[in-house]
Order: sequence, then C-alpha cells, then structure tokens
Amino acid sequence: MTTTLPAYDEVVARYEPVIGLETHVELGTNTKMFCGCPTDFGGAPNTRVCPVCLGLPGSLPVANRAAVEATIRIGLALNCSIAQWCRFARKNYYYPDMPKNYQISQYDEPLCVDGYLDVEVNGEPVRISIERVHMEEDTGKTLHVGGATGRIHGATESLVDYNRAGIPLVEIVTKPIPGAGAMAPEVARAYVTELRDVLRSLGVSDVRMEEGSLRCDVNTSLNLPGEQWGTRTETKNVNSLRSVERAVRSEMIRQASVLAAGGRITQETRHFHEDTGDTTSGRSKETATDYRYFPEPDLVPIAPDPTWVAELKAALPELPRLHRRRLQQEWGLSDPDMQSILNAGAVELIEATIAAGATPTAARKWWLGELSRRANETGVELADIGATPVQVAELQGLVDAGKLTDKLARTVLEHVVAGEGSPAKIMADRKLEVVSDTGALTAAVDEAIAANPAIADKVRGGKVAAAGALVGAVMKTTRGQADAKTVRELILERLGVQG
Amino acid sequence: MAAISREEVAHLARLSRLAVTEEELDTLAGQLDVILQAVAQVGEVTAADIPPTSHSVPLTNVLRDDVVASCLTPQEALSGAPDAAEQRFRVPRILDEDVAS
Repeated sequence: MTTTLPAYDEVVARYEPVIGLETHVELGTNTKMFCGCPTDFGGAPNTRVCPVCLGLPGSLPVANRAAVEATIRIGLALNCSIAQWCRFARKNYYYPDMPKNYQISQYDEPLCVDGYLDVEVNGEPVRISIERVHMEEDTGKTLHVGGATGRIHGATESLVDYNRAGIPLVEIVTKPIPGAGAMAPEVARAYVTELRDVLRSLGVSDVRMEEGSLRCDVNTSLNLPGEQWGTRTETKNVNSLRSVERAVRSEMIRQASVLAAGGRITQETRHFHEDTGDTTSGRSKETATDYRYFPEPDLVPIAPDPTWVAELKAALPELPRLHRRRLQQEWGLSDPDMQSILNAGAVELIEATIAAGATPTAARKWWLGELSRRANETGVELADIGATPVQVAELQGLVDAGKLTDKLARTVLEHVVAGEGSPAKIMADRKLEVVSDTGALTAAVDEAIAANPAIADKVRGGKVAAAGALVGAVMKTTRGQADAKTVRELILERLGVQG
Repeated sequence: MAAISREEVAHLARLSRLAVTEEELDTLAGQLDVILQAVAQVGEVTAADIPPTSHSVPLTNVLRDDVVASCLTPQEALSGAPDAAEQRFRVPRILDEDVAS
C-alpha cells in the first residue's frame, strides 16, 4: 500500500479505541489435559501421542485433576467466581491441527467467570475486568511444505505433529476495555505483563512467550467519541510483550487510515509481523455458531467441591502487585525508584541478590547501573545478561571486605558477564585484588615521592591537596589495584604531614 | 415449515468438508427434515423443571491423577495414517483457514 498512514497523535485525537485481550497459557502439568502423554517442550514428532490425543475410535478422555486445579487457582488469583458446575464442550471444525475434527473446550459454562486484574500503567492503577477463564486443549503443530516461504499460502501439503495436541491450555478473556485512549497500547502490555507475573507466581506455567506457552490475541476497534464501538479485528501471532503494545498501536493506525478514507473495518483475523510491526489480513472470521458447540458427551461435568476451592484460595501465594508493594517498603524506595526497577525487569533479580546477602542499595546499584547498561548495549534481557544474583552479591561482598575497589569490581563484573566464573575466582585468576600488602604499597609510595621531589616538597610545606598527583602516580604503578584512600594516608604519613 | 432449509444443509456440508451435489442436497434436505421433525416431538413433552440431558450417567468430577502413562511409538501412531512423511501425518494443503484456538 502506498497510502500514508496517519500519525498516532492524530489517530487518538480523533478516535477512541476499545481493546480486548485473549490470552492462552499452556499449563506446566506433567501430562496432557485428557490423557497421560507427557507435555515437555521439544521431542521428536509424534512421540508423545496416544489413542486419546489422536482421537482414535474407542478412546475416552479423562480430565487431568492438576489442570483443573491450576485453572481454579488462576481464576481465584484473578478474583473470579468459580463455577459450582460446568461442562466441557466440543468445538467442531475441520482443520488437521486437531485429529478429532474438534477441540475440547468450554463454551457457555466456563470454570471461572467475572474477575479482574489490577495493573499499573505509568504508576496509575487500572482495573482490567476479566470475562472468563476456561479450560481447553492445545492443537498440534502444522508444517506447511511445498510453498516458497513455508507459510500456508503456496503450500502444497501440510505435515502434522501431534505432540502438542491435548496439552492443557487455559484461555483468559478480558471484557472489552474502553476509555484507555492514547494509552491503549501501554494498557494492553501492562495487562499481559501483570498476567504473566501472576501466572508465574502461581507456578502453573513457565509463561515463555517465545516458546509459545503464553500466547496473546489482541482485539482492537475504533469509534468516534460518543458513537457506538466500531467493528473489531483480532490480531494473532503476538509473541512478546513488546509486540502486544506494537500490535495495538499499528492496528489503531491502520484502522484510522481506513476509516478516515471513508472505508469500513472488516471483522477478521489479522496476523502480526514481528519484523515490520504491522498486521495483515487472515481469513474472515467465522461466526461462533459455525463451530456448532455442544456439551462434550465423553467427559462428565466438573463440580468443584467448595471446600477444595476454599483451600486453594487460602493457599494462594502473595500476588505480584502486593509483593512489589511490600518489597518497595522493605527496600525504602520512592515510587519513581521502584518504577525504574520495574521498567528494567529487575525486581526478582534484586530480590534474589538481597537474599544472597547484599544490601538493597548495593543490589539496586549493580542491576540498574552496570548490568542494565550492558543489557541495553547488547540488546539482551537483564535476566539473561550472564551474571547471577548470587555472583552480584559475592562481588559486593568483596567490595565490602576491601578486597575490590568499585573500579576493580566493575572489571571483575565484566569477566563474570563473559562467563569466566565467580567473582572471587576471577579476582584471583586475574590478580585484581586490591594491593593491601603494606610493604609493596610503601615501596610504590616511596618510588612516587622520589620521582616527584618538587610535589613532595609542596606537600611537606603544607599543600596537602598536591598529594593527589602522588596518589595518581601510585595508582598507576599498582595498575589501579590500590585503594586510593589508603594510598593517600600512606603518602601523608611518609611525608610527615597530618591528613 | 421445514425444520431445516436446503441452504442450511449446504452450509453444514461445506463446514463438514463434504462435496454434495445439487441432487444430493435435495434428497438430504428432505431426509434431514423428516429426522429433525421426529426429534422435535420430544420438545413437545419437555417441561420447564426438567433440565436438558447431556450425559446419561449422573456422575461429576471423574478426574485422573497427573501421572505420565505410556505413549504409542511414532510407527504405531502413523500406522493408520493415509500418508506420512518426516514422522508426521501428511495431509493435503489447507488454504484460507487458521487454528481454532
């Protein structure tokens, strides 16, 4: 297309967005939703399949207790009501990613309904209403071959691996979110981030977007102020937190450009492209009735015992938002300071560093300073930078013990990041320890005095500030491995001057 | 009035990936209509206090422990497949569709 897209500022000045998010999370159970096949990622094709997940005649599914429990816990963490009685449903469709020609899901009787998740966007609280949380099963993986690009268009045949088919999947659907205005992309991202943190704290999934265990579909529509909500599109293939934000923004801009030209938005599925940051049309969305949902006859209803639900609720872990608030108090941080830690994705790293013995100030200094800088420069996530919280705590311990100066510690850290081992080992291997041997230091001091007689005289004459030049000379001969304060004291002592 | 129209039968055939000829549509629409009208008689005796039956047994919460069981070998899994390649099920190309979830 050659049309010029409007600027985002113009879009939000003219239109109001409504967004909605559907998130699928693969549960970290040992086995699939309805059979005992293992669920671990990877594995040779069709090695984790059985008559049930292949939909062979005569096989019968039985629901996984751990998956039902995980779904209830997710519902409780999202402040949902838990259904007293609900059924599975068959979603009928003909596509080879499910061998049965249907997917077992839930339709009008989800296990959890009507909840909310509080998130923060630029320090402001936003409550996202949750419509439903339901159980279903994941699909197989389809490989399209014969086409030039490996994509579905142009393919001549498809090869299917059913290892993933039947892995427990939980779908979490928000109610439509109006009123976010220009902040809609940030709200979408904040919601998925917070949801991911909640799921991680529950331990129900490894929530890795890049591996597909957390997947997000983003619904977007635009309307003029005061008018009805517009026709929405559903953007799929959104595989990172950053993409969630980009997908909403680019779809808002695209829709505004269509509407401004007098066009209409088609209700359809769109695909997000990581490389270009924009969306392209998929197929027109079939209406819900085309799936011909009906109660799954092979699975009996789920009726969670209220006592069980109450026990699960009582045993929920501290949720991330409350946890962060508690940490902020413990660490004595201002809101902006805490925000910068959140933005850097450093909360858990700093927490672990403190647990390993560092003070909050020191832990924050290393992760937000040197390590964040390196992460930004190299474009990797802070958590993947190559230094662990334990190593950072050890490094600070060496500084506190006077074995490393701050400058030497930075050098050691560089080698830690490069994977050379623990700070103590690197310090020893590379002989980076502060020169605390007084004999060696005294020799270096005497040498500096002898080499700079004029300066030494000035200091003797009372110009204590001139000692700085001598300190510099000593630091040079010790390759920076001496503590400047100690050197200075030693120089003054040798010259018979009071500091 | 017919319980199911010819257009609805054509729509269902398309969803079910069945190639149905015009003549077959005429026949099937008529036959399905008779079946549906017969089933609809049940609706005449339903009462408001009787919930629709979805399961024939009065059971709930039949659950399984999360314990790994044995799988088929890929050879066994693929033995009933019409075609296979690279240890995967081989199917004709699919256009203009995407996954359900």
